[in-house]
Amino acid sequence: MAEQKKSWKEIPIGGKITEAGNAEQYNTGSWRTFRPEKNKIKCINCLQCWIFCPDSSIKVEDGKMAGFDYEHCKGCGICASICPVKCIDMVKG
Amino acid sequence: MKKIPLTGDQAVAYAMKQIEPDVVAAYPITPQTAIVMSFANYVANGQVQTEVIHVESEHSAMSACVGAAAAGARTMTATSANGLALMWEIVYIAASTRLPIVMPVVNRALSGPINIHCDHSDTMGARDSGWIQIYCENAQEVYENTVLAVRIAEHKKILLPVMVCQDGFITSHGVEGVDPLDDKKVKDFIGEYKIANPLLDIEHPVTYGPLDLQDYYFEHKRQQTEAMKAALTAIPEVLKEFEKTFGTKYDFIEAYRLDDAEIAIVALSSTAGTVKFVVEELRAKGIKAGLLRPRIFRPFPKERIVNALKNVKSVAILDRSDSFSSEGGPLYTEIKAALYDSGIKPLISNYIYGLGGRDIFPADIKKVYSELQTVVKENKVKTPLNYLGSRE
Repeated sequence: MAEQKKSWKEIPIGGKITEAGNAEQYNTGSWRTFRPEKNKIKCINCLQCWIFCPDSSIKVEDGKMAGFDYEHCKGCGICASICPVKCIDMVKG
Repeated sequence: MKKIPLTGDQAVAYAMKQIEPDVVAAYPITPQTAIVMSFANYVANGQVQTEVIHVESEHSAMSACVGAAAAGARTMTATSANGLALMWEIVYIAASTRLPIVMPVVNRALSGPINIHCDHSDTMGARDSGWIQIYCENAQEVYENTVLAVRIAEHKKILLPVMVCQDGFITSHGVEGVDPLDDKKVKDFIGEYKIANPLLDIEHPVTYGPLDLQDYYFEHKRQQTEAMKAALTAIPEVLKEFEKTFGTKYDFIEAYRLDDAEIAIVALSSTAGTVKFVVEELRAKGIKAGLLRPRIFRPFPKERIVNALKNVKSVAILDRSDSFSSEGGPLYTEIKAALYDSGIKPLISNYIYGLGGRDIFPADIKKVYSELQTVVKENKVKTPLNYLGSRE
């Protein structure tokens, strides 16, 4: 069901957003044409992809690269481009 | 208190000294320059603690004002004509972001051809920008309205930026005796500036100016128009308090000898002074002439204007700007539209005058009143749109 949108009386004036950290609620992953995927080359966990990802979409667990946040990854391909061992491919979808 | 000789520009600077805004970001442009120059003197002399931001253009001036106001600073700037045109993009952003910036505007003709003298084409072009607009007749009004504008802009039911307009050179550079208000009383009247959600409140982070698409932009525009509507009832509260504190009574309009007037002129700003002079001459001859001067043009005081014109037989609206619509100037078309539903239908005509600083003399005003008498006699407006003072 569609979200019930608020009236002009119920929203902050001037287009202000009065809560922090709400960009996470905006699923920009739907903009994507190509998605990053790990290939068979062994990842060396240098985390260059994590440093360069403009959308904080590289997941890290225990200091190791642990996959992609596809809800927010826009598929820009920077991770694949920056990876020194070329273990990320950009694939359709 | 004893009157002091000030130009309109100096009167603004004097008010700014008493207001002592946190931030002033401005770029000089004739005939506004003397405002910034005089205020900069107060700053250089250590008489105010205001942070003055010297910018490279009016676009930057208004951008700095938006940033400062959002950060939580009481913010002012000043401009004229092409300067206002250059800050255009941010003028709209200031209003739609609901930042109570106060901007004295010294009315000057927009280029081109280039001209530095008075007409209202600059602020009339900005009439739909979402700013409140006050038009002043003389230096005293310029001075007092600058103080008033702070309270109007910051009123919690309004929260809109305000332009305080005066006629370039005529008012801005003419010296008049100005009755100064007491420093402490001004400080107490404007009070402390408190904004909801200032950017510098790092405990409560907030985003200003985010993307606002099909789902909410319309609601934010609706809020702006509702705030303008609310200003119609909130401004009188501020005016009443001003009267109680300083003794001067202001309203949205000034009705001058209108009660029993048969013929009337509607004019903004300094021209009203010339019209009053002519009204007195005509009254001495038994001619029932009157004047209506809207002091606040945004929000548009429809009810008051219609009510003020209810007894006149014929009225001429004087516009110091043209909208090149072939239907007349902005004051004319709006007043005519306001009358449509009211059932009050005086014989109405429009006079575009004074473009590029063309002088308006008592003889010009007399000509208008004389034509109004003819209109009443013939019960017909032959030429709705006239160009007063333009060579044929």
